[in-house]
Amino acid sequence: MKNCEYQQIDPQALPTPTPTPPPHHGNDRDEKEQPRRPRRKWEVFPGKNRFFCQGRIIVARQSGVLPLTLGLILVTSGLFFIFDCPFLVRHLTSCIPVVGGVLFIFVVITLLQTSFTDPGILPRATPDEAADIEKQIDNTGNTSYRPPPRTKEVLINQQVVKLKYCFTCKMFRPPRTSHCSLCDNCVERFDHHCPWVGNCVGKRNYRFFYTFIVSLSFLTAFIFGCVTTHLALRAQGGKGLVFALQEMELVICFFSVWSILGLSGFHTYLVASNLTTNEDIKGSWSGKSGEDVTNPYSHRNIFVNCCSVLCGPMPPSLIDRRGFLPTDESAQTGSADIEVPALAAKSEINVVGGSSQLTIGLQEPFSHAPTPSQLPPNLFLNLTEALLLAVALTQSAAWLTVMSWFSFSCLMLSHI
Amino acid sequence: MAETHSLQDLQQPAVSSKVFIQRDYSSGTICKFQTKFPSELESRIGKQPFEETIQTLNNLYAEAEKLGGKSYLEGCLACLTAYTIFLCMETHYEKVLKKIARYIKDQNEKVYAPRGLLLTDPIERGLRVVEITIFEDRSIGSGR
Repeated sequence: MKNCEYQQIDPQALPTPTPTPPPHHGNDRDEKEQPRRPRRKWEVFPGKNRFFCQGRIIVARQSGVLPLTLGLILVTSGLFFIFDCPFLVRHLTSCIPVVGGVLFIFVVITLLQTSFTDPGILPRATPDEAADIEKQIDNTGNTSYRPPPRTKEVLINQQVVKLKYCFTCKMFRPPRTSHCSLCDNCVERFDHHCPWVGNCVGKRNYRFFYTFIVSLSFLTAFIFGCVTTHLALRAQGGKGLVFALQEMELVICFFSVWSILGLSGFHTYLVASNLTTNEDIKGSWSGKSGEDVTNPYSHRNIFVNCCSVLCGPMPPSLIDRRGFLPTDESAQTGSADIEVPALAAKSEINVVGGSSQLTIGLQEPFSHAPTPSQLPPNLFLNLTEALLLAVALTQSAAWLTVMSWFSFSCLMLSHI
Repeated sequence: MAETHSLQDLQQPAVSSKVFIQRDYSSGTICKFQTKFPSELESRIGKQPFEETIQTLNNLYAEAEKLGGKSYLEGCLACLTAYTIFLCMETHYEKVLKKIARYIKDQNEKVYAPRGLLLTDPIERGLRVVEITIFEDRSIGSGR
């Protein structure tokens, strides 16, 4: 039987004039007969993201500790400008607030850009595409009871790379793409999901993230230096509230400098070797399996690697948040295609050799917890990452201590 | 005034099937599509025009993603202004995407529509596939 596809004819699109009620009544009857307002794509977006400003701003569902990050930066910088700058301008030079101001603006702008930019989300496959891929998989697989393979191998620059099939997005993931379970999206060139900025870091916002952490290192080091100078120049000991606040600034900056500097150094190494945090943690190209594996995406030149990652062309957002839905497809939303159980979506069926095994593949290091400190025990950690984890844990503990100390001091000082 | 319309005038040509040209990752993560000629199009279009279209698309995408003096300059300038110029300026990539959209429209009008085919711009499919819709070959005289 011939497979005919009948398209539903939208009566609203016909050129026949519809009988309109008298216009002087603004009642519900009018609104029901008018055509539905065309919806934008962000309103039916299937991932776990939130949108603001009519789809212009995109954030992850859990904002993580972004308010804390922003608050700490604003409070520390505010205290610096209020208490340290006047003194240092008088005794040293007026360049200090200028430099501090420029760094502060850089930090805040890049932080907001990292948080509110689409990291490189891949839109989910349309039902037709998904059906086509399923057909191809079934054709190449054998007819035994084993499930068809859900990986595809490609040769990139003489290196064999395995492409995995994403059950949620119904497509074979491009190389370097990973599915973030916190955001429920496949993200291109997935680096990690950063709770401090409350968003994934991927192809489109990696340069913002890198600029953020580098400028933040400079800012914290700068404030640290200025506050130390200020206290040393005063050399008079405690002066009540001012002294307590400066001590607090010093403590925040001290812990921040080491952890942020460490993170900047780590990401500088990643940029220079054109790696992502995800690949580095998994050791994809470190050759630990004994084979001769090299990073196929590296340009073999540190300068070219840096330029391509940080100064390359800015790719466009593929999800077209503010585009309008086609009127005949507005009834179909992406929710119909989402896999039913979340556990099944995370498991991947690989046919390896002659036996099939169900493997639970974790595609991103921070998939199950909001903090980077919780990783599954079977994940290989190299020394750098272990060190960073230790620093992150220390920093979290330090900040908690600082905030409680600060509130306590404020309470005490208010009673003086 | 109420008007009557013939059912055939209102209906669009029925979609017979869709062919998807997948991405070619042999050169890395750059946007490139496979030039292998799909068997479903054999009856509709020759191999040569199809390959020419895909090759031109690949070249245009390569131009958009090219690492060169111009893109480095744009990137450095953006970095110095804390990337705020992206809010006001159209990037090189976006300009090339518009060029690609014009090329696809042109190809559809000249080459594909006369053969009952329709190319969909890959950007509408997240740069995953080039979707070619094959319309059913119906003559107007046949009724339903």
